[in-house]
Amino acid sequence: MEKILFLAHTEPDGTLAAAALEVLGAAVSLCGELSAELNVGLVGENADKAAGGIGGCGAARFLSVSGPEFSTSRYASDLFALDALCKACGAAIVLAPATSRFSRALPGLAMRLNGRADTHLTAVAVREGAPVITRWFYRQRMWAEISRETRPWIMTLESGCFEPWSGEATQVSVEQVSVELPESARRTTVLEIQSPPADERTIRPEASILFVAGAGWTKKQPDGQEHVKEAGNLILGFVDKAQASLGSSKSLVDLSGEGQEVLNFMTHLHQVGQTGATPRHKKGLSTCCHGEEPHVVGWRFITERRAVNLDAACGWAQGKADVLYVADAFKVMAKVNELLG
Amino acid sequence: MSTGFHIVVCGSVVPDPLQTLEPVQGPAGPQLKNEMMLPAVLDPWACHALYEAAHLASKTPESKVWLVSLGPKAKLQQVMMTMAQKAPFELVALDGPAGGFTEAFSVAKALAKAIEDITGLDRRRLLIFGGWQSASRGTGAVLQMVGERLGIVDQFQGVDELKVQNDGSLKILERIEGGSYLISTCIGPPAVLGWATGMLPEPPNNPQVGMQNMRLLMPALQKAKPVSPGAEGVAFLKVELPRQRRETRIVKDAPVDDIAGEIIEWLRG
Repeated sequence: MEKILFLAHTEPDGTLAAAALEVLGAAVSLCGELSAELNVGLVGENADKAAGGIGGCGAARFLSVSGPEFSTSRYASDLFALDALCKACGAAIVLAPATSRFSRALPGLAMRLNGRADTHLTAVAVREGAPVITRWFYRQRMWAEISRETRPWIMTLESGCFEPWSGEATQVSVEQVSVELPESARRTTVLEIQSPPADERTIRPEASILFVAGAGWTKKQPDGQEHVKEAGNLILGFVDKAQASLGSSKSLVDLSGEGQEVLNFMTHLHQVGQTGATPRHKKGLSTCCHGEEPHVVGWRFITERRAVNLDAACGWAQGKADVLYVADAFKVMAKVNELLG
Repeated sequence: MSTGFHIVVCGSVVPDPLQTLEPVQGPAGPQLKNEMMLPAVLDPWACHALYEAAHLASKTPESKVWLVSLGPKAKLQQVMMTMAQKAPFELVALDGPAGGFTEAFSVAKALAKAIEDITGLDRRRLLIFGGWQSASRGTGAVLQMVGERLGIVDQFQGVDELKVQNDGSLKILERIEGGSYLISTCIGPPAVLGWATGMLPEPPNNPQVGMQNMRLLMPALQKAKPVSPGAEGVAFLKVELPRQRRETRIVKDAPVDDIAGEIIEWLRG
């Protein structure tokens, strides 16, 4: 019987993130379809404590690597921990969430184990008794279904694509896997997480709406003047009132390097598209952005799309948005903000 | 021992982002339609890595930058005409397929071997840079695998900033979830850094740098070692373009109040 290993790291509060529970759901489902044995491997400061929360998942074994050295996101310690868990389990297939922590470590692990890694999966199915994965290529321009014979096969799954596991918390027996970190694995020290203050936070992966601002906000308006400060107030006003997540086109974030008056709260972290993020919000509203393909590829997983642009022939009009409002975004967003209260 | 860095940037060619891409079945598996005819660029995140490498090398005496690039020789030559003017580097070219449907594992093995074979490379001063994922395969896996083959266990992904501190240690900012950064320090090289966009703008073309680079670039291309990072052991069952094309409703000449009201209704729906 093939073994499938579900890997997860704990959050600072000792629990498992929503993304991890989604992968557990996928792992349970895959095990059912392949008649495989599910094993769970957890990494974190008190990883064994998280096991109880998913104790009802039907895993044959729960393994953990625990300790202060494994509490933070660091390649070397994660690599050694995950390597130990994989070897203790002997799994043929490994499923893990595509978090920043695991995305850093798992490909190196695949090389270490002479296995293969497929990342950012959006679907995992079974066909003719074998796993088949789906992932996107060329920055979300095309997708492929892939199967492999090489084992171990390490898979990282994107969030928002799988039903999360839910079930009873149950006391389980957790096998502690001991990992002695060599000196070579201690050369990196994690200092801190730098986050914007809560009242300045504009990137919200959990938001139901993505609001994208394009370079048009900083251009000369019909009165021949730039109104960058007003633009900033309107954008931040909406993001705050709607609790939206803020995104940007590349051209807008690049302006800061070109000596123009800019929206200071925009950084490359906000960039959506070819060299930016591919967020997964249910709704997206684009404003003052042309909707060119290198930007729109980042909208692949935004289900409902609307745009506000003065150009009726912009990219959004060419089947990239559900609705294009040919209108002045300054006026529209001022009214929207007024209606939001 | 020198305090300079030996920075090896790994980056390949990808289709120009403005091109329309269509998958077709080739003799060795899926590929892009008219792939060899498509204009190519150096992978955008690898470009950022190269600019950061050049910037770091310019500030740190006795540093050197190599660009290790696997791709069809003709494409590499096309791309290098532009890249050679951006930053000083020595090219190590590998002649082989560079499409998104090649195997990360095989590509990593080829790149690691090429790095091992660089004459004069000091592995104690080695920093491996690259994009944190490519605009083709997009796995974000190759750099980690290269690092693993070279025995480097200090690795960072989604890097936006690297500062060399007074004691020679490296302070690194990595992007993590929710728009935050993870700040770490590493005692020093060797290390692997997969760059996001970094903090530097694209440098202007510098013809003098271009001429300096070209002296070694053309010979490097001519002696590019052939490699074949195929997709052994993997079966592509299907490769398709997304089918969805929206029927866009274009709202023109509508009062602002009506538009705003409709947006509010949609947001709350």
